[in-house]
Amino acid sequence: MRRMLLKRCLFGLVTLLVVSFVVFLATQALPGDAARAILGREATPERLAALREQLNLEGSLPSQYLNWLGSLLQFDLGTSLAAKQPVTGMIGPTLVNSSVLMLSAAVVATPLAIVIGTWSALKKDSAVDHATGIVTLVLAALPEFVVGILLVLLLSTGLFHLLPAVYVGTPGQQVWNDPAQLVLPALTLVLAVLPYIVRIMRATMLEVLDSEYVQQARLKGVPERTVIIRHALPNAVGPVAQVIALQLAWLVGGVVIVEYLFRFPGVGFQLIDAVANRDLPLVQALVLAIALFYVVVNLLADVVTLAANPKVRTAR
Amino acid sequence: MSAVPVDIAAAPAAPTVPVQGKIGLLRRALQRKRTWIGLVLSLLVLLVAFLGPFLTPHSPTAFVAPPFTPAGSEAAAFGTDILGRDVLSRFLAGGRTLMVLALLATAVGVGLGAAIGVIAAYLRGWADEVLMRTGDVALAFPQIVLALLFLSIIGPKLWLLVLMVALGHLPRVARVVRGAALSVVERDFVRAAESVGIPRWRIMLGEIVPNISSTLAVEFGLRLTYSIGLVAGLSFLGLGLQPPTADWGLMINENRIALTVQPWAVILPVIAIAVLTVGTNLVTDGLAKAAVGSDSGVRA
Repeated sequence: MRRMLLKRCLFGLVTLLVVSFVVFLATQALPGDAARAILGREATPERLAALREQLNLEGSLPSQYLNWLGSLLQFDLGTSLAAKQPVTGMIGPTLVNSSVLMLSAAVVATPLAIVIGTWSALKKDSAVDHATGIVTLVLAALPEFVVGILLVLLLSTGLFHLLPAVYVGTPGQQVWNDPAQLVLPALTLVLAVLPYIVRIMRATMLEVLDSEYVQQARLKGVPERTVIIRHALPNAVGPVAQVIALQLAWLVGGVVIVEYLFRFPGVGFQLIDAVANRDLPLVQALVLAIALFYVVVNLLADVVTLAANPKVRTAR
Repeated sequence: MSAVPVDIAAAPAAPTVPVQGKIGLLRRALQRKRTWIGLVLSLLVLLVAFLGPFLTPHSPTAFVAPPFTPAGSEAAAFGTDILGRDVLSRFLAGGRTLMVLALLATAVGVGLGAAIGVIAAYLRGWADEVLMRTGDVALAFPQIVLALLFLSIIGPKLWLLVLMVALGHLPRVARVVRGAALSVVERDFVRAAESVGIPRWRIMLGEIVPNISSTLAVEFGLRLTYSIGLVAGLSFLGLGLQPPTADWGLMINENRIALTVQPWAVILPVIAIAVLTVGTNLVTDGLAKAAVGSDSGVRA
């Protein structure tokens, strides 16, 4: 178990290194001259030289990369070209905001999906089960920004006027101070990850309910409630854990469009903004932060899966 | 969901004419009502997207009436948008590019991914290891962020958009196809073909690919659904077609601030995208259910 974990950690590190290299290549090496791309055609040679130095564009490619990686490891992510501030300070608050958003989505989606999946499995082939099947199939198909807009039409501008359609905050205000503003973006993310977890939960639960130990417990006369809660659920949740974790990792990417849609002040919204401003240091930092998040959640997914599987847990 | 073990005695003999399997899959899929519903929904939107550009009452970029003219007026049946352009004309003209881009990205992504998957499964050894480990690294990166990164650096070019969406599908398709191809590679007819000296590329194309056609069909449907969402999403973010061109993703973005005044400019494209993705997903689900048990019982 320990060796497998070490292997996964090492793989995560290699992945991050590859990601950093891709980001470096994309932002600094690929488009010819990044400095000219930012400043435009009429830039003076002096300004070009100054910007080149700021972006670590001097020297050979490998030495540029090592320089960049070196300053990255010291948490020096450079200075934003648009805001003229250190990038490290700029992405701190947005990382916190996005984490709050994703966490609230995860906290709602996971238990909800487990309950719906279990219920659907227990009522196999009933109207409830069929309805769940169709709804999850439809939800799984819809792109998340379509789900978001349908929710806005339903809950804030069209049928009902319950919730704000976009995030309006004053600078310095924390996103959790006004939970009503969190509801729509979080709900959109919940609806995006829910169908996958429900489907795998239902399938796993059906398998477990069919197993010998569940039948044995029933034959012994254990009440059905106890059979499900004590015997079936714990054995079904293990295999489902990996799918849950993978869906949560998906949130890290899915949050980008949803944040843009609701103007939620997180990493996704900031990234689109930085892209529009051609703010290369900020884009680099945000992409790396998202990749780091993704790798860490995936690693956690592996740990959970390993821990939930007795065969692996006890193996050397 | 695990692979269904097939009882050897009960399993049907390997199809002598592989094409039959493909038609059988479609026929089995069409026995389900949801496949039909999905087909009708998808075709409806495809019809609007491809015939729409010829049916526009006005030019999609022309000023026809004051901004936010309400729906039902004489000049514009669904009203005018934020710049006074006809909403209906923009809707009819704005779907074609999305369809073409999504289909192209899916074809490229599934084609290349399947090629890599089959090659990895057939060659095994270090080639398999290198291809699949590279895929694992690529999987550890959110698809949309990768697309954003390159589209922002190189610029919103349509070929790049197709390439990025396709590249995102590649490792995922390769992994699934490799899994399906692995059990075909071990079968006797592959050995037989090898022993009479048929070249490797012909064995892969002529023996292995026809036997994983169900997997490929399901994978194509699945990736098409995602492609539509991704292409529309990227164009919603402003990284696809550029204004003033009519495009569904762009329309949603341009008009969402005026959702209360002129909802149709958002509702029409949103509903079209929703109906299309639900349609393709229903067809894919029908295909997947029909594919269980075919493909030598490989499909998980």
